Amino acid sequence: MSAILSANAELIITIVKIVLLLFIVLTVDAYLTWFERKLVAHIQSRWGPHRVGPHGLLQPLADGLKFLFKEDPTPAGVDKFVYFLAPLLALALALTSIAIIPFGPEPLRLFGREIYLGIAPPDLNIGILALFAITALGVYGVALAGWSSNNKYSLLGGLRSSAQMISYELALTMSVVGVLLMAGSFNLTKIIEAQGRHPEWGFLGWNIWPQILGFLCFFIAAIAETNRAPFDLPEAESELVAGFHTEYASFKFAMFFIAEYTSMTTISCLCSILFFGGWLSPFPASWTWTHYLPSVVLIPFGLWVIWDGIRYETIFGRVILPVVGTAITALGAAFVLYPGVNEFVQGPFWLLSKIFVFLFIYVWMRGTLPRFRYDQLMAFGWKLLLPISIVNVIVTSFVILAKMQWGGK
Amino acid sequence: MTASLVVFFALAGLAVIGAVSLILQKHPIHSALSLIVVMVALAGLYLLLGAEFVAAVQIIVYGGAIMVLFVFVIMLLNAGVEEQTSISKLAGPPGLLLVVALAGFVTATIVRTTAGVQGSSQTGAMASTSGISNMLFRDFVYPFELTSFLILVAVMGATVLAQREKP
Repeated sequence: MSAILSANAELIITIVKIVLLLFIVLTVDAYLTWFERKLVAHIQSRWGPHRVGPHGLLQPLADGLKFLFKEDPTPAGVDKFVYFLAPLLALALALTSIAIIPFGPEPLRLFGREIYLGIAPPDLNIGILALFAITALGVYGVALAGWSSNNKYSLLGGLRSSAQMISYELALTMSVVGVLLMAGSFNLTKIIEAQGRHPEWGFLGWNIWPQILGFLCFFIAAIAETNRAPFDLPEAESELVAGFHTEYASFKFAMFFIAEYTSMTTISCLCSILFFGGWLSPFPASWTWTHYLPSVVLIPFGLWVIWDGIRYETIFGRVILPVVGTAITALGAAFVLYPGVNEFVQGPFWLLSKIFVFLFIYVWMRGTLPRFRYDQLMAFGWKLLLPISIVNVIVTSFVILAKMQWGGK
Repeated sequence: MTASLVVFFALAGLAVIGAVSLILQKHPIHSALSLIVVMVALAGLYLLLGAEFVAAVQIIVYGGAIMVLFVFVIMLLNAGVEEQTSISKLAGPPGLLLVVALAGFVTATIVRTTAGVQGSSQTGAMASTSGISNMLFRDFVYPFELTSFLILVAVMGATVLAQREKP
């Protein structure tokens, strides 16, 4: 038994990692819907979900159950095979892309093995290219769903989405070239390490400063790639009912939904990694007191959850919220007590914080900006984003060349 | 049988099945989907050969951009199921002859070169990204730029042809 275990250790570790990441990502997606509804509601002076559980925290669970038990009719005249393939494709590709993200610099040392955070090996040389490859295939889920549904609104949604994704993929790819030139590698870990060349500079060493144009192009194009507001024309409800997923009900609809939120998470990871230093701390390396920041965030938050929970009259609020709060507080306290653990969580803490900020911006934009018109969308992508990103590549190359000539490297 | 050989045969089988299905499918969208399967399987084969960059570009360019355009055009024109005609009597025997000739040629080539084929783990200069860029932008920079120029001319030609006539 142990011989088999040790012979296939790498395989077993990978499978465990996949299961864990799948569980985490699906939970994050579920609570992302809650977060989005809550945030958009507050932007619009509403309460948002607050009936199911304290602060509506059980709403994602209720939604999940609803998706599972709803009737799932297949409309007449659909192309059966493609109709069933499309949501599977969308979900599978979205989940695959997150496997390439590295989540921390230090491997976890367990059972005498080094286990890196993230599924792909840290020396994956084509990291960013692999991500773009998966994104490039992602359009099929939406396009095929629209085509196979035998519905004119779906078809229009699918067509819009294909055109939009083709147009913005160019700008998306071009805007990253500047970062790749500066790092000299496609490897995501190396891209982050390149931003930490000057540990004393803190956040001033990140790619966002020299690559601010690239970042703006990348983020806008990425929002368009994920079909999110203000680029959500493929599902514009005022024109196309629900666009490409009009004819999808029950869990097939949920699959599109999960795919969309997973790509949001992936894009947020990418923004943090490519332009905002990934797991690097924004503070200079000599400020060691900043290493206690995870605890400074976690302990008050945990205490607040306990205090908030005991005010509720329901069992869920009174029992579960205080337990969760205690767990969070204990986690924060553990980081203070065990310096080794604290050092280990620094990387993931900063990366997750940055990802959270980008998810917030995603939702914030949805709550703020009106939808583009179709011609505006095309003109914006081709006539503004693409030229700017090409100019960015040229300027970056010239600066790097000048540094190599006269910088004395 | 090593693990890489198993993966090779799985991918090769997928590519062949996709290619056959591409021809046999009645609907253009199904044919396009089969072609995507072939492209992705080929990318997997490149990956197996250690050519990571080529594999990624294969999916981005062929699987992503070009096939998306195919699917887009098929959807836009709303092409239906293809019409079937009885196979032309003239096309039968010469076609069979061509198939036999092609199969013979491929077999002969394989038989002739098996001795020279190296293990699949070997990666040449073309495999790494820097190797490819050195080839493209140093050794073959003029042919490369000329090709880009040719494509630019083609794009401009397409734009001119597609333009509406001025009133």
